[in-house]
Amino acid sequence: MIVADQKPIKDIKEMLRGKKKVLAVGCGTCVTVCFAGGKREVGVLSSALRMATKLDDEPVQIDETVVQRQCEKEFIEHLGEQLDEYDAILSLGCGVGVQTLADLYPNTRVLPALNTKFMGGPSEQGVWVELCQGCGNCMLEYTGGICPISQCAKQLMNGPCGGTGKDGRCEVDPDTPCAWFNIWERMDQLGIQDELMQIQPAKDWSSSRDGGRRRIVRKDLQKPELDEDI
Amino acid sequence: MNDGTLKSGSHLENILAAGQFVVTGEIGPPKSHDAGVIREKCALLNGCVDAANITDNQTGIVRMSSIAAGILIQQEGLEPVIQMTCRDRNRLAMQSDILGAAAHGIKNILCLSGDHQSFGNHPGAKNVHDLDSMQLIRMLQEMRDKDQFQCGEEIKGGGPPLFIGAAANPFADPMDLRPLRLKKKAIAGADFIQTQLIYDMDRFREYMKKAVELGVTESMSILAGVGPLKGAGMARYMNNNVPGMSVPDHIIERMEAAVKGISSDDKKTRMETSRAEGIRICIEQIEEIKEIEGVAGVHIMAIEWEAAVRPFVEGAGLYPRPEGDG
Repeated sequence: MIVADQKPIKDIKEMLRGKKKVLAVGCGTCVTVCFAGGKREVGVLSSALRMATKLDDEPVQIDETVVQRQCEKEFIEHLGEQLDEYDAILSLGCGVGVQTLADLYPNTRVLPALNTKFMGGPSEQGVWVELCQGCGNCMLEYTGGICPISQCAKQLMNGPCGGTGKDGRCEVDPDTPCAWFNIWERMDQLGIQDELMQIQPAKDWSSSRDGGRRRIVRKDLQKPELDEDI
Repeated sequence: MNDGTLKSGSHLENILAAGQFVVTGEIGPPKSHDAGVIREKCALLNGCVDAANITDNQTGIVRMSSIAAGILIQQEGLEPVIQMTCRDRNRLAMQSDILGAAAHGIKNILCLSGDHQSFGNHPGAKNVHDLDSMQLIRMLQEMRDKDQFQCGEEIKGGGPPLFIGAAANPFADPMDLRPLRLKKKAIAGADFIQTQLIYDMDRFREYMKKAVELGVTESMSILAGVGPLKGAGMARYMNNNVPGMSVPDHIIERMEAAVKGISSDDKKTRMETSRAEGIRICIEQIEEIKEIEGVAGVHIMAIEWEAAVRPFVEGAGLYPRPEGDG
């Protein structure tokens, strides 16, 4: 899932400066699961902002709603009817949600209440970790199902750097395990450690963001072009 | 390792090929454009080492370019080993820098991942890591031996004559992997290795035994990293805080014993006595290292203490250094 985190309230308050009426829009998918932009968080943030802006003598009216999936137009189309009365939308969706709203409603200012962090999942209660960078060229078959692109601070593809700390901790952050320490252990467990002697060649990053904005076209799913003769 | 043909013809390669026990050193470029700093450090090492590494923004701190500093020491008559990290450049910049360095007659390149930028003075910087150190080694090897760029395109006029180095940390976790990673660097095309600082001789002997068993030393020269300790505090700090660094208790105790009885007010005498003991320990270690099968020389790391190199090399009976082609 996409994991996000709420921006500091003072930053959000600053974004709302001069606005009289704002619609806070949560999202019922990833950011609900990671407790950043679901119904509960929309409620808590909206209350806090109402209070804070009132204390500043610049009260902002904040209405609340949550859509099931902010990243697809079908799920946000119904918002259009009421938008005229708002100075801005405060999105508690991920960056995809914010942009989908902005794209569908070009005449309304859409403001991000969250920082979108990464693709990942929970590792323990209250902790989320990054697991994929969407490099577009998956190499997990070589590394025991542990991704060195997203889990190694140096994106090493051929083994650990010299900085692996005691008990396999990353030198950059001792709270983070060394990806290569874990890969080594996992491949030992699978009895395939010898595969690590294979040199991974220079990666083709053109499938990553380096190649420019990416898109996927599935001809089999596209609407068929109408035959003019029919 | 020598089959008679040299890959680069660098002084370092020549001396290794001649079977001489090699000594390399290290120069950290200044955080300024002051060429005088490089010349001063160079004067302290010149004649004491066969080649000197020029660090590349080490610990992620911006410093004078390693290639530019390398050209400066070359003008002073000392051969550089240019360190190149994967942190700051992509494959285009790396190959372009290699061609530029080679045009200036630089041959020795040490391929490194690079310290993470979060340790340096620009922690908000974007890191590159287009290639990792293994892929950098392979790229240089193919430039040299196949006359081709990383993309496969031919280098018209031939590839640059390079002597390709890499680093190894024998004692970092996972320990069992380290000799294999060394082997992988040999397969990728490294010609020589400089190790992290070694203080634990027993563990280093075990590591080298495995390296020899794996056939690593048949194609690659291994230079053991050595460096004089300045004091017991530094020894303890390195043992506890630097990944893969193991300083045995008996060495820490010796450093402590050296200053015992000297008043803590007499800082100058304490420092001098302590440093002299550090150099003595290091000289004894070199004697041990010379006896370890598969070790082709030592790499002395005395950054910001370049003055220690000469007494150290002399004390270890490694002075004068061979001239010319070794």
